[in-house]
Amino acid sequence: MGNRVSLFVTCIVDQLFPKVGMDMADVLERLGYQVDFPENQTCCGQPAFNSGYRDEARTVARHFLDTFESSECIVAPSGSCTSMVAHHYAELFQKEPETLERVHSLEKRIWEFSTFLTHVAGVDDVGARLDDVVTFHDSCHGLRELGIKDAPRRLLARVQGLELREMQPAEECCGFGGTFAVKFAELSGAMARTKIDAILSTGANTVVALDLSCLMQIQGALSRAGSKVRTMHLAEVLASR
Amino acid sequence: MSRDNILHRVRTALGRSAGQGVADPPPVRIRIPDVDMEQRISSMFAAIEALAGKAHRAATPEDARAFVAAAIEGKSAVASNAPFLAKCGIASLGGVRSGITDREELRGLCAAADVGITSADYALADTGSLVMISSPHEARLVSQLPPAHIAVVPRDRILTGLDELFSVLPDPAAATSSMVLITGPSRTADIEQILVRGVHGPGQITVVVVG
Amino acid sequence: MSVEFDRKIHNTLADANLQLAIYTATARLKEKRIETVAPDALPDYQELRTQANAVKKHTIENLDYYLEEFERNVEAHGGKVVYAKDGTEVADFVLALAKDRGARLIVKSKSMTTEELGLNERLEHQGLEAVETDLGEFIVQLAHERPYHIVAPALHLTRYDVADLFTKRLNVPRETVIEKQTAIARSVLRQKFLAADIGISGANFLVAGSGAVVLVENEGNIRLTTSTPKIHIAIAGIEKMIPRAQDLATFLKLLGRSGTGQLLTVYTSFLSGPRRAGEIDGPDEFYVVLLDNGRTRLLPDRGKRQSLYCIRCGACLNACPVYRKIGGHSFPWAYSGPIGAIITPQFMGVSHEPGLPFASSLCGACAEVCPVKIDIPKVLLELRSDVKKAEARDQRNRLEKLAFRAFAWLMTHPRLYEMAGKLAASAAPPDGSGWIRGVPAPMNIGPLRAWLSQRDLPPAPARSFREMWRRR
Repeated sequence: MGNRVSLFVTCIVDQLFPKVGMDMADVLERLGYQVDFPENQTCCGQPAFNSGYRDEARTVARHFLDTFESSECIVAPSGSCTSMVAHHYAELFQKEPETLERVHSLEKRIWEFSTFLTHVAGVDDVGARLDDVVTFHDSCHGLRELGIKDAPRRLLARVQGLELREMQPAEECCGFGGTFAVKFAELSGAMARTKIDAILSTGANTVVALDLSCLMQIQGALSRAGSKVRTMHLAEVLASR
Repeated sequence: MSRDNILHRVRTALGRSAGQGVADPPPVRIRIPDVDMEQRISSMFAAIEALAGKAHRAATPEDARAFVAAAIEGKSAVASNAPFLAKCGIASLGGVRSGITDREELRGLCAAADVGITSADYALADTGSLVMISSPHEARLVSQLPPAHIAVVPRDRILTGLDELFSVLPDPAAATSSMVLITGPSRTADIEQILVRGVHGPGQITVVVVG
Repeated sequence: MSVEFDRKIHNTLADANLQLAIYTATARLKEKRIETVAPDALPDYQELRTQANAVKKHTIENLDYYLEEFERNVEAHGGKVVYAKDGTEVADFVLALAKDRGARLIVKSKSMTTEELGLNERLEHQGLEAVETDLGEFIVQLAHERPYHIVAPALHLTRYDVADLFTKRLNVPRETVIEKQTAIARSVLRQKFLAADIGISGANFLVAGSGAVVLVENEGNIRLTTSTPKIHIAIAGIEKMIPRAQDLATFLKLLGRSGTGQLLTVYTSFLSGPRRAGEIDGPDEFYVVLLDNGRTRLLPDRGKRQSLYCIRCGACLNACPVYRKIGGHSFPWAYSGPIGAIITPQFMGVSHEPGLPFASSLCGACAEVCPVKIDIPKVLLELRSDVKKAEARDQRNRLEKLAFRAFAWLMTHPRLYEMAGKLAASAAPPDGSGWIRGVPAPMNIGPLRAWLSQRDLPPAPARSFREMWRRR
């Protein structure tokens, strides 16, 4: 693998949490990668797919395929978006063999950020420093569809000044679930509150995760509960000096 | 009629035709561990006790008899017609009714008895289970109706576990209308998840291994 | 979703006692499962799952063959197989048999299949007494309620609820001690077992090669139900089939552990036919009713057919963060939890409760614990697509369809997407003002309102990522 990576920042980072994208680029550049941002990118199409609108999801997916056609290596700060591309695009194009070919090629080229660092860049220590007590939330898609459990923990373990406290349970869903969060708002809120109980029990100041959808849900619930606990994406932690 | 309709619907759904054969199913998965008898007995006892059952080792059939006699002191008991119970002299203990072959008579006795005494066709070491096969020697109700059950088993019947059982007995239906694995005393946690023993089946189970 | 579904969810969430009961009961079952399938306890757990999935797949894909083999073997052992297309046919069969034999009293053991059919109601309507004998089922029967959970039917009731029920319905002095309540039930039901004419059970597995039904339980009521009455009827969905008795070495290891964290349940019965010559007790007549009731409707769909692999362990319920909040009675049918969410729409049609496939965050905890590896999230996603296709056909929910069309269009026109983003950001309070508690009318509608009902909203950043990137 060369040293060029393309950023797929995801629509939520682009529009709501741009600093995360900048921090991710920062970390990658410090490791010696040449980072580009294909300007035509928008979204992976997951909202449409999860809501049952497969035609619309396909439309967006085709745009994604075109946008990243010539990217050797794509890195995304999201387990769920990476999984959408790496696992669900194939489902969408079962009846289009040529597109399916392109999908299979794409599947090999896209990486969730923490996995990229540990498995492709081959590093655990990115030279980060953050004096804080944190806990880590295992985002569901990353955990169960991409098998991500150790990579972020290995990276956090090498952040100077950082103490990681595991919450019980770390693997329970925060309740975001895409449109679920608004279609079943009360239920989603109840799940969020169970999650923040677990977080608050650790005594940590900060919750770290790989997915901003989760962090938005968790921070929203923490904020509503009047808690001072903050959330940070892994990229923000790793960019800290 | 429903049979033909349903089978037809199944075939249509699966794209199969009547009388069509099948490819072989995935081979059965049977893995029998290598465990010596002393280890089996030890596992079995641990498993039974973990389930709040009782386990006792009797060196000889006479010892077994003495143990059972003490256990049923002052109680009424029904014993199955297992030859091993006769060999141990348990069938002829005072207070024990045995040798019954009439269904109604046996049911009445089992419903009234304090203790049911049986042997077992096999036992499973890893789970502490008794394997009871319905036969002229072992009726079903002896181990079901009385509130306590004592099983007296010669050690050579102890298998390592389920895999070995289904290796030794690949089709229980060839031998009997009923094979039951009994693993501990009857229990429920249906009310507030609080454990209670002895719901419909025996609340007390004692396994005596002989030899 | 329907108003009904929404209301039931809301009521369950609002009931603090129920929330605690559901959460702690499922937590216990969940912990116990984890202990017994851990690598040190069951090193070949994953292999067993793979094997179970492969055996089920093969059986379902060749189901007609195995149904016929099963039938031959049941009959060879002196039993009889009856096929029933629905609950009416099952009830008709039982009623006709009961009438012919002069039977009045039936004892029943726990069976989700008979629950699905509403069998008890049908039998009672015709003057038969059909008594549930599993303690939890006995209790919910007295309460005229549906079971709350596959393995814990009375999860939602307290000992005080039980005391009230027993006093009222059994005419006994009020008793709140659980051991004593159990003893009361045992005593009442003992009379029923000994007097019953017919015993009706379900079946956990149907073994084609043996012509046998396999039943698992902890209380002993199934053994009695299938041993004391002269007639035993086992009612089972056609999908319960497995090819060989030896396959039980795989399935039994998974079932107890997955469902309740037990290595094996207390009683595992392998029954084939009426009592044989020389056997002292057992039924004189043995029937297996093979039930369709919509299962053949699920079979054609290759992607969703795996829903029929289920062995009814309940592990998915205990793992599901949604079930653990909304409980069993929020679901529209007999089957609740993740498995209920995927089979209900397939049996009843997606329009029966269109919200059901969406009542999930797709976390995947269910798929992780399923002993037969049903990919529940995948099936949920397909059902969501089915719901939307049905809505498109019926011209319902057009606004949402339009919104997603607009979404797709926007996401394929990057400049317009960027503009839309800027527009939305401009309507928000300035950056630095912290997370947003509420928005003024007329913006406080739809998804925004729903979000804000439960949590705060992130503030809009001054610049989007792409703007920041350009300025680098």
